[in-house]
Amino acid sequence: MKFTLKIWRQSGPEKSGHFETYEAHDIQAEMSFLEMLDVLNEQITISGGQPVNFDSDCREGICGMCSLVVNGIPHGGQKGTTVCQLHMRSFADGQTITIEPWRAKAFPVLKDLVVDRSAFDRIIQSGGYISVNTGGAPDANALPISKDQAEMAFDAAACIGCGACVAACKNSSAMLFAGAKVTHLNTLPQGHPEKYSRAVSIVVSMDKEGFGACTVTGACAAVCPKEIPLDVISKLNRDYAVGILKGVSA
Amino acid sequence: MKALAAFFRTSVGKKLVMAVTGLLLYGFVVVHLIGNMQIFIGRETLNGYAHFLKSEPFILWGARLGLLTIVCLHIVTAISLSASNRRARGATSYDNPSHNGSTLASRIMLASGLVILFFIVFHLLHLTVGVIFPDHSALKDDKGHHDVYGMVVKGFQIWWVVGLYVVSMVLLGFHLSHGLQALFQSLGLKNSKYSSLIDKLALVGWVAIFAGNCAIPVSILLGLVK
Ligand code: HEM
Ligand code: SF4
Ligand code: FES
Repeated sequence: MKFTLKIWRQSGPEKSGHFETYEAHDIQAEMSFLEMLDVLNEQITISGGQPVNFDSDCREGICGMCSLVVNGIPHGGQKGTTVCQLHMRSFADGQTITIEPWRAKAFPVLKDLVVDRSAFDRIIQSGGYISVNTGGAPDANALPISKDQAEMAFDAAACIGCGACVAACKNSSAMLFAGAKVTHLNTLPQGHPEKYSRAVSIVVSMDKEGFGACTVTGACAAVCPKEIPLDVISKLNRDYAVGILKGVSA
Repeated sequence: MKALAAFFRTSVGKKLVMAVTGLLLYGFVVVHLIGNMQIFIGRETLNGYAHFLKSEPFILWGARLGLLTIVCLHIVTAISLSASNRRARGATSYDNPSHNGSTLASRIMLASGLVILFFIVFHLLHLTVGVIFPDHSALKDDKGHHDVYGMVVKGFQIWWVVGLYVVSMVLLGFHLSHGLQALFQSLGLKNSKYSSLIDKLALVGWVAIFAGNCAIPVSILLGLVK
């Protein structure tokens, strides 16, 4: 297969970027999107150019590093799939593909398609943890948790922190990510003591990082590779409201 | 007080303000519509109702100031949220952005809200203050009361007035179709269990409000009510 690729190139954080067009040849249908970029980068390197920078690590949909907007859609629009798990067979031979970085003020571009997502780390530091003395691992099932709660927490915990939700949102809101963390920890007994301060701190931290508010468009959940449901945002809103009414502060 | 102030400081707090004020305004829209439906009963009933509303100036002005406060809170918070949402987006936008499955109504809340604001001002000048057609507002009925029925009928015999009302109701419909389900989400009351029920409620709500509100000017323009 071959493709015409329109790729965002930007040499550094403060530099202005532009689109560059490339022709990618010898692409096999079973290659992943990132493998296709590897092939392109080899072709660019051989011809003496600067390879295209992009993030990746596990390449099996579990680490949350890959972060490409493909034809305007974060992760490329295949339901429940990270871009590293997207295969070239889902594109038409000869198609033009536009590749851009996540775009949000809180995720500044570092180089080409690589953005700085440390804002998410700081949100986690503000409340995405539980304070316990770990000691030895407790026995499995020593702490009874109902099936519904366990499932809700587990579904929310599937979030890999990729940031596609922010990239898809017209307000660059991080509510799906933050809601996933709050739902994960606040539905489990281990997270209960810090339930309200967690919700309040995470919201304050999100605002400080410059993410927008939620207008309930649902774009985030539509692109989320882990299919985190909008419910988690509702849960965050509720825990925040109750926290404020109880006088909890960040 | 300190806790309440927090609602105005964070994005989630502001959304709660939007939801509470939006819910109150939604309630007003429903009550206002039910009251106005009395035009289909006749002149006496509508004029009697209008007279009753104005019989206690203390309650009347209390309600008016309350509504004004709610509308102002809703608008100021909406503008503050919209501005910070725009800032959050950053300077560069996508080459060919996708809407990622979002509805049109959810994307144009500020625009539909601003049309409603313009409409509210026109509507008040038209039927409350009475400066748009002073001769319509000066009408009296047999009891010597303000002839609200006559004023409404005369106003809606003018095609462009009806057009303006109907267009505004289309935008109100957009605003409320998304607004009702969004407010449950903002209040933290929405989840997959109830979400299809809430979506249906939002649909029935905006269709009923749109149809009811348009029925008045349109049936007058068509000569069904005179
Ligand atoms: C009859 C008048 C109005 C009613 C019944 C109404 C109702 C609502 C409701 C129920 C919501 C959803 C709240 C939420 O998302 O939690 C909402 C949101 C909104 N309203 Fe209104 N509204 C009215 C007038 C206005 C006006 C005059 C504006 C003008 C600026 C406005 C701007 C907005 C905006 C921008 C939002 C979305 C906020 C966001 O999601 O960030 N509304 N409205
Ligand atoms: S909620 Fe979904 S889209 Fe957002 S960071 Fe988590 S996995 Fe990625
Ligand atoms: S590279 Fe790990 S999720 Fe895509």
